Amino acid sequence: MAHSTPAKTRTAEPAQPASMMSVIAPAVGWLIPGAGHIIQKRWIRGLLLLASIGSLFVLGLLMQGHIYKANGGDILDILGFIGDLGAGGLYITTLTMNWGQGAIAFAVADYGTKFMIVAGLLNFIAVADAYHIAIGKKP
Amino acid sequence: MTIQLTHFSAAFVFALFTSIVFGITHRETTRDMLRYGLYCFAMFLGGILVAGWAMWLVRR
Repeated sequence: MAHSTPAKTRTAEPAQPASMMSVIAPAVGWLIPGAGHIIQKRWIRGLLLLASIGSLFVLGLLMQGHIYKANGGDILDILGFIGDLGAGGLYITTLTMNWGQGAIAFAVADYGTKFMIVAGLLNFIAVADAYHIAIGKKP
Repeated sequence: MTIQLTHFSAAFVFALFTSIVFGITHRETTRDMLRYGLYCFAMFLGGILVAGWAMWLVRR
């Protein structure tokens, strides 16, 4: 008589516990652009991100770009604030030092404003990338 | 300290740094990152030149 083997029951695999790195890397990456990659030993990527995002933001400041503060007014101002906020430590430093408060007097200064917003938005992408590396979705 | 970039140099710098970040974050292997970064850079600069000439034609 053959033994009947019990049907293999497939137990649900426990969800992968969120590693500490998946929290720390995005946080550090937001504060210092590229640092989320650097702490995961992606040195070249991290340094390139730091150089690119940092340069874009600093150039924006040097071009007399305007920095947005938290506000509840015009939708474009709110979007500008969200973009600037992405730059993390660069944005906080700029606000603390009271830089980027001048009135936009020429066309290139408006480019500077856009440079800083784009630097922040690019840092959001870099933060997401650091997270994907931390959870193993990207090498 | 302030700097005054020309319109083209501002666009060039923007294209350069943005392409680097796009290349790193949108592809997985080093080779693909480099290729995609160069592609983005070419598209940015190409778009700038095409738009510039289009505006020149419109003005005439």
